[in-house]
Amino acid sequence: MLYIKCPYCGLRAQKEFSYGGDATVKRPNINEEVSSEDWDNFVYMRKSPRGKHIELWQHIAGCRQWIKVQRDTATHEIFQTAKVTEEIR
Amino acid sequence: MSQPFRLNKEGLINRNKKIYFTFNGKKLFGYEGDTIASALIANGIHLVGRSFKYHRPRGFFGAGVEEPNAKLQVEFNGHSEPNVNATEMELVEGLSATSQNCWPSVNFDVGAINNFLKMFFPAGFYYKTFMWPKSFWYKIYEPFIRKAAGLGVASIEKDKERYEHKFEYCDLLVTGSGPSGLASAYAAAKNGAKVILAEDKPRFGGTLLTDDVSIDNLSGKDWAEKIITELKSMPNVTVKNRSQVFGYYDHNMLVMFERVSDHLEKKSKFTPRQRLWYIRAKETILSTGSIERPIVFGNNDTPGIFLSAAAKEYMKVYGVLVGKKPLIFTNNDSAYETALEFKKNNVEPIILDTREEHSSELIDEAKSKGIDIRFSHGVIVANGYKKVKSAKIGKLNKDKNSFEKIETVDCDCICVSGFWTPSVHLASQSGNKLKYEEKIDAFIPDKKKQHETSVGAANGSFTLEESLKHGFENGSNLSAKITETKTEISIPNVNEKKYGAHDKFWCMPLPKNENPKRFVDFQNDVSVSDIEIALREGYRSIEHVKRYTTLGMATDQGRTSNLNGLQLVSNIENKIVPEVGHTTFRPPFTPITIGTIVGREVGMEYMPTRKTPMHEWHEKNNAVFVDAGAWKRPRYYKEGNETLFEASKREAKNVRENVGICDVTTLGKIDIKGPDAAEFLNRVYTNAWMKLPIGKARYGLMLREDGIVMDDGTTTRISENHYHMTTTTAQAANVLSHLEYYLQIVWPELNVNVVSTTEQWAGAAIAGPKSRDMLSKLYPDLDVSNEALPFMGYKEAEFFGVPSRIFRISFSGELAYEINVKSDHGMFMWEKMMEVGKEFGNQPYGTEALSTLRIEMGHVAGPELDGRTIPSDVSLNGLVSKKKDFIGKNSLGREAFNVESRQKIVGLIPIDRKSSIPEGSHIVQDQNAKLPNPKLGHVSSSCWSVENNNPFSLAIMKDGKNMIGKKFFAVSPLKNKSIEVEVISSHYVDPEGKRVRS
Ligand SMILES: [Zn+2]
Repeated sequence: MLYIKCPYCGLRAQKEFSYGGDATVKRPNINEEVSSEDWDNFVYMRKSPRGKHIELWQHIAGCRQWIKVQRDTATHEIFQTAKVTEEIR
Repeated sequence: MSQPFRLNKEGLINRNKKIYFTFNGKKLFGYEGDTIASALIANGIHLVGRSFKYHRPRGFFGAGVEEPNAKLQVEFNGHSEPNVNATEMELVEGLSATSQNCWPSVNFDVGAINNFLKMFFPAGFYYKTFMWPKSFWYKIYEPFIRKAAGLGVASIEKDKERYEHKFEYCDLLVTGSGPSGLASAYAAAKNGAKVILAEDKPRFGGTLLTDDVSIDNLSGKDWAEKIITELKSMPNVTVKNRSQVFGYYDHNMLVMFERVSDHLEKKSKFTPRQRLWYIRAKETILSTGSIERPIVFGNNDTPGIFLSAAAKEYMKVYGVLVGKKPLIFTNNDSAYETALEFKKNNVEPIILDTREEHSSELIDEAKSKGIDIRFSHGVIVANGYKKVKSAKIGKLNKDKNSFEKIETVDCDCICVSGFWTPSVHLASQSGNKLKYEEKIDAFIPDKKKQHETSVGAANGSFTLEESLKHGFENGSNLSAKITETKTEISIPNVNEKKYGAHDKFWCMPLPKNENPKRFVDFQNDVSVSDIEIALREGYRSIEHVKRYTTLGMATDQGRTSNLNGLQLVSNIENKIVPEVGHTTFRPPFTPITIGTIVGREVGMEYMPTRKTPMHEWHEKNNAVFVDAGAWKRPRYYKEGNETLFEASKREAKNVRENVGICDVTTLGKIDIKGPDAAEFLNRVYTNAWMKLPIGKARYGLMLREDGIVMDDGTTTRISENHYHMTTTTAQAANVLSHLEYYLQIVWPELNVNVVSTTEQWAGAAIAGPKSRDMLSKLYPDLDVSNEALPFMGYKEAEFFGVPSRIFRISFSGELAYEINVKSDHGMFMWEKMMEVGKEFGNQPYGTEALSTLRIEMGHVAGPELDGRTIPSDVSLNGLVSKKKDFIGKNSLGREAFNVESRQKIVGLIPIDRKSSIPEGSHIVQDQNAKLPNPKLGHVSSSCWSVENNNPFSLAIMKDGKNMIGKKFFAVSPLKNKSIEVEVISSHYVDPEGKRVRS
């Protein structure tokens, strides 16, 4: 079970979180034209990297904030967590 | 009753307390502190089971977790447990143990014929034999294999015991209380760290209890006791015996299995049987010690053959002799300690040492005590079927591949030692890759992957001095980093015997023309020849050899067989062991009970139960409940002998004719506030929300970004910047997360807050033509006319003195209202409604009637919004705005969503107007067509239309709208039904929706 540091609450067990997918995907702006290709990329196309992956988790059984987690998909090592408004490099 | 193999004085058992138990029906006794194994050996019983494949007689081999053979069916404290390790299970009054895998008895086992047919049971036998024909598998092969391969029998009785889970956090977890573990825990505790020390056995001390050593002039046992006593007195230390740390998971989480009360004769009602600990440790010390490995020889599985350290443990801990004429067969010095222990108890051992004659502290001591030592010797084959009677021994030549002399010696037990294997299971589970240590012919931990540090024998250090030193140092350094305190501890003076070098010898050759079975893995009956066959047949990877032969795959995880198996493969392949590599270690290290994994989450506690504030009323009024997620909802209210069908028909009919009330508390409710709330709703829903007036509700549809319908419900504008959203019961949690996602991540610029208020409100729907009359009685001072409170209107008013919200919305298609009051007032509201509604013929209705009402109206719900439908599939395209953007809009233009023949919702009625159509039925053109019969759609919801008094169903059907008027078959292979149906509109009743507006 992962041990995830919520930027608001501190270190908490994975049980308290729910996974939310790739955090680097950006939704096309609302009310703006978008090409089918860009839309399809947003809705469907995801990389499935082995190694570092920046992803979203929601602290559903805690503060209910969505957060960013940089995790190694092979080893589960977590390098960094951040608020969604912050950058992970 | 006397115990022929019990010593008079030795041991740590309590001789003042006899414990009676039975073995295969025979009444025996042992003492408090005995295991089943030690008590049976004390009584001279060695034959305890039959082997897995060949049904060979088997006895005890070890004295703890390493035991491969002695797995018993044990009944105690009112339950029956299979595959219990007799060497670990403590004796408890009234316990009854029986042998497994034998019929009719362990002494006479019919399955033993397999032993004489062994040429027919080579490696891969099951794979080769039971492959063809496929149709034989379920009826013939599988039952046969199950019967033949039977271990114990799982109880089918309900487990009455209590099991618990516990979550714990600590600075340092120490797994094992041998010398290095005690030293680590002690040093860390002195630095002020929060320490958990876990010991698998009932007694602390590990090898200190059996080794002839002294520390600071105390015996090993006394020193261990002193340290444990001090640790127990420290508030920052938790000391746990009977506790096995069996799994090392991600992020330094370890899981421990504690046997809380299996050893107790009496316990209080709430004492759990076993407890599972989830321990998140900042640092972990793996002081798991090492396990002796055997030397492989002929018939080495005969009862009476033991690991030499186990024989010593039986003497020193339990005061039990495993035999009175022992042969000690060794390639190293440690077995000499066993020989000396026998000698001390006036038993004359013979030592067979595979090494050439040489000298060491222990050898010299054995010589000086007059023990018969034969160098360059080994056991070729053990004689005796159910018990060792003698052994054929041989003098090895210089190359150790043939014999200079062979003779037979009498013996009643053989104690074998092939040197020591560090227990690296937990280290390996943590992700540590392990490395091969030439010096000890075994794997030890390599670079750490998590916060784990292996010390002592687990790290390949086999001297007490080194183990203590590593323990103190690592315990101190690791904890000092956390507590930032360092207390100096002087390392104690140690007195121990020095071991000479061991012999890299692990398998006895066989003389020509002799071919006894030489077992590598006892529990799975894997012999040297099985591994040879696997390699001859082309298996090379150790992982493949393992699976083909089943080497190391039994419940003992190959603790005594893995390395010997690797040695064999590397010898045949002419590779060195590190090139062959090792197989993966996986949790659990020892088998744990299912009850422990489940913990308290059984029965009512399996998941939380959500009850509405009116639950008790429903109960009192014969409601039959249905689970809706965690909620309990009345499905129908039973009157007399009514069936579900009769009751739901009565309730639905009453709504259509008079008025009914339904508990709708379970609907998801989300409070939405903020200046941008309207803009937010406008983006979330497919329809327009910018112009909804205050005091009005609107039906809304929300999509996922891929265009699929996610949920529907009504949202009401309470005030300027305040909205009340409802969701379906099932989607409540998902919708909240969905809204939070967009507000926090996608549109953080929107000033909106959302919060779940599902639990804050109790809700009741009042539906039916007489609902307005009833409402006017409930609110005598309120104008509830169609003009004042029109369809989709909203009002706040006092309900007999309590604040309430009135929504004029309808799910049933009738004139209807929903009243919300604070949860605490829910019961009050409900009882008032029942009282006031009497004169209008009001009756409560459950979810079954609710479904009937919405289905015949063609209102879609979960079965139609099943994660595969877009708005136009379910006739909701009228709610999709063309003018504005919203979540999922761009996906609706996808080609596949817009083809003419796209699936659409339709209604179905049976041609005979009688046969109800099973939900899930497939719609086909020709019920007799050859398979695969093309599927045109499926039946999503079915009911008995109370309006038209015949069955009616909703279906999602290819090109549905163009199928209206045509006939098909609804086929349910599950119910073995095929019903001829006609396709009609999905709006079966009141298609213009006049009633809701009336
Ligand atoms: Zn949080």
